[in-house]
Amino acid sequence: MSFIDIRGLKKSFGATTVVHDFDLSVERGEFISFLGPSGCGKTTILRMIAGFESVTAGSIAIAGKEISRLPPAGRDVGMVFQAYALFPNMTVAQNIAFGLRVAKKSAAEIRTRVAEMLDLIKLPALGDRYPYQLSGGQQQRVALARAIAVKPQVLLLDEPLSALDAKIRVSLREEIRSLQKELGITTIFVTHDQEEALSMSDRIVVLADGRTEQIGSPFEVYNWPRTRFVASFVGTLNLLAAEVIDADAGTLRIDGLSVATVGPIRGRVAGDRVTVALRPEAVTLGPAGGDRADLPGTVEEVSFLGAVVRIRVRLGEQTVSIDGFNQPKVALPAKGDDAVLRFAREDLLVLEGDG
Amino acid sequence: MTPGERRLSLDTSAAPPSRPSLPALPWAWIGVTPFFVFAALFLVLPTALLVVGAFQTADGEFTLANLRDLTHPSIVAAYWISIQISAASAIGGAVIGAFLAYAAVGGGLPAWIRPTLMTFSGVASNFAGVPLAFAFLATLGRTGLVTWALANWFGVNLYATGFNLLSFFGLTLTYLYFQIPLMVLILTPALDGLRKEWREASQILGASTFQYWRWIGLPVLWPSLLGATLLLFANAFGAVATAYALTGSSLNIVTILLYAQIRGDVLHNQNLGYALALGMILITGFSNVAYIWLRGRAERWSR
Amino acid sequence: MKKPTFGPWLAVILGAAYFLIPLIATVEFSMRMKRGEYSFEAYRVVLGDPRFQESLAYSVVLALVTIVIGVLLVVPTAYWVQLRLPKLRPVVEFVTLLPLVIPAIVIVFGYLRMYNSQSWLPLTDSRRGTDLLLAFGYVTLALPYLYRSIDTGLRAIDVRTLTEAAESLGAGPMTILFRVIFPNIRSAILSGAFLTFAIVIGEFTFAALLDRPAFGPYLQLVGANRAYEPAALAIIAFVVTWACMGLIQVFGAARGAASKT
Ligand SMILES: Nc1ncnc2c1ncn2[C@@H]1O[C@H](COP(=O)(O)OP(=O)(O)OP(=O)(O)O)[C@@H](O)[C@H]1O
Ligand SMILES: [Mg+2]
Repeated sequence: MSFIDIRGLKKSFGATTVVHDFDLSVERGEFISFLGPSGCGKTTILRMIAGFESVTAGSIAIAGKEISRLPPAGRDVGMVFQAYALFPNMTVAQNIAFGLRVAKKSAAEIRTRVAEMLDLIKLPALGDRYPYQLSGGQQQRVALARAIAVKPQVLLLDEPLSALDAKIRVSLREEIRSLQKELGITTIFVTHDQEEALSMSDRIVVLADGRTEQIGSPFEVYNWPRTRFVASFVGTLNLLAAEVIDADAGTLRIDGLSVATVGPIRGRVAGDRVTVALRPEAVTLGPAGGDRADLPGTVEEVSFLGAVVRIRVRLGEQTVSIDGFNQPKVALPAKGDDAVLRFAREDLLVLEGDG
Repeated sequence: MTPGERRLSLDTSAAPPSRPSLPALPWAWIGVTPFFVFAALFLVLPTALLVVGAFQTADGEFTLANLRDLTHPSIVAAYWISIQISAASAIGGAVIGAFLAYAAVGGGLPAWIRPTLMTFSGVASNFAGVPLAFAFLATLGRTGLVTWALANWFGVNLYATGFNLLSFFGLTLTYLYFQIPLMVLILTPALDGLRKEWREASQILGASTFQYWRWIGLPVLWPSLLGATLLLFANAFGAVATAYALTGSSLNIVTILLYAQIRGDVLHNQNLGYALALGMILITGFSNVAYIWLRGRAERWSR
Repeated sequence: MKKPTFGPWLAVILGAAYFLIPLIATVEFSMRMKRGEYSFEAYRVVLGDPRFQESLAYSVVLALVTIVIGVLLVVPTAYWVQLRLPKLRPVVEFVTLLPLVIPAIVIVFGYLRMYNSQSWLPLTDSRRGTDLLLAFGYVTLALPYLYRSIDTGLRAIDVRTLTEAAESLGAGPMTILFRVIFPNIRSAILSGAFLTFAIVIGEFTFAALLDRPAFGPYLQLVGANRAYEPAALAIIAFVVTWACMGLIQVFGAARGAASKT
């Protein structure tokens, strides 16, 4: 039994169902991200866990205890909102102390805990400020301190960084992660920013239209996307339409050219239309041959991006982007040059779903 | 127009080069001159003349006698009844209006309620003066519909209970007709400023609904609440038409006293009339200044 | 979480009752003129009364004059303050709010002292002069609403860019104001104008104390002397207020939609 156990969770607003049969197990101390486009139901799931949204069907258990019918306060979870959730009429210290005050802790205990929290978020001198006197990043750190001051079992964060500017976002990202590791608090983090999810999480739950597309470590989700949606949402994969020639041998036809992947292609038969994914950095340009798969084409565009050079190559109807490191000694190909794409057979992924 | 000319027209402090000896005329100010002349002629000077007159004898000499005469019992009584009616209708309007606004904004009612309420409030808050008095006479007057309904359906003789529309209570009830909707209009934006996240954050930290209102909702809202109440107070305090049409001159409130003074010098002292006006300015002025100050405080948090 | 909505419903229903019952009562009362049956007799009498027509016409004309003067005064001022004198804004705003601070009866009292027959500008000596004074007084009363509405409208458009674009095409200040600024804040001006109309049409204190035959004093006079006609008049006044507010909503909505594009 995992620490958080969500089974068959469903949410409908009237006739529309926005979360379908959601299952998730989270281990104690794990950092999980919900990643998905706007409107896919991330916030709704989080709010069902927090208790702000009623559950249409299914169960949520924390530490073996079913909580899906309890009021928010009875669930022992903390929450950080997207923005502006600090109580404006209270100082930073009073904000952090709020949960403790409600729990009728002694004044001395509150004082030490607040000081501890202020140190933790590295704002020891700002206890007497009001929220409007803080920057956005500082406000979110205070919101974090307020949520964890009462030592909840689970911390929920709903896009806490999306209202901040890019620099602060990156530094706060690291800060949240190290704080989470230090406290060992089980955390669910909602974001629509793939970089955020990839860099912070132990595991990522990729959501689309209220359904789970894939659950896995950042490494897995990025390198081995299971569906076309994950492949296109996470990273910048090349997606190509292909036709199965021989499922057992793993051969495919792309724009009239045949290539081989590591077979067999499960659940497919010859003639099926499928989508294959190819990461830009897994492809090189070079002479044909060896154990590597290859596809001939023509260079269509060359973009010099500094450390990386991105080359687009056309194969009949479709194009493939290739990322290579900048090497001053090697001349760049020119537009219109013939080129051969080379990649390892296992890097050509056949995705689930229709092509 | 050449670029040079255009820069000149944007540079508000530049003087015409042909007359360098004159001090730079801030000619951008010419654009607002009509407004300030108008305000001086039809707003500031007339009022200032009254204020000056309040400190003068009939011959134009300085005196404090007029202010002292304001303490005449009948004048004090007029101020006092005015203050009572204004305060009662302001507080009543504020409390009821606040609940109504809250019901529409945060009460979980169907979405059409809110725009409907706002439209009706816009109409009702402007439906004041003489017609409002007529409406209440038709409702709660001796032959009014509600008076009749109470007597025939519930066996309650309203006027036997001591109720009188032409009284403190009746006038307050009538004023509420525009005070409540005015409160709804003023308070709704402030209620929108109460963020859902504050409620939820307090909830998840274990606070009850009562604790939320006690520690967050009311402290955030109170400058708006109090400010709006003061505005309602000033609104009722300066009202003439409703009271006059409803009660004639039978109710001794200060606006009606002043009205009678202007028409017929009932105080037999023009300058005492000016002092009466000065007293009114001071009272509404005070409540408006307090309103502006409180609104400033309320906005501090919403920055 | 499903919220219990009993309390809010109760509040809204009571509020609606408080709003509607006096209206229903007034309608009912206004139809009681003929004994033993409901009729529109009171309306017939009122609408046929020449003094009703005269006073209403007088007030309508006065309202229109007020609106024209007010708009010509406020739009250039608000425009100029936004474009050239932003530092002056608090002062101008303060002045426009003064009519909320100084009761109308005090302002008109001041007029009677300042513009009486012995003063340097004896406006109240002639009828036309008094009419003009009354219109100026109404501009004063409408100032807080008119200014707010127009200022908001100006803020929604980019005054500076519009002005500079027009200047670069060779337009003079008058052209800019009347051909560029006015059309762009038309709906804001109209909202302010309808509110001004609603304020002026039934105004009593100014008109009565300046002794002009406006609709407000006429209402009061009928109220003091007749039984059923006042109720009919109240309903007519209510319909006028309602129409003004409805038109404001229409133009306000148009503005909201326009500013979103
Ligand atoms: N109270 C509600 N009533 C009806 N539909 C709702 C309600 N709340 C959310 N929805 C719908 O549920 C879907 C999921 O919403 P949710 O807020 O969970 O999305 P999200 O993934 O958090 O998106 P974002 O990244 O934009 O925050 C949306 O289509 C939304 O329109
Ligand atoms: Mg969301």
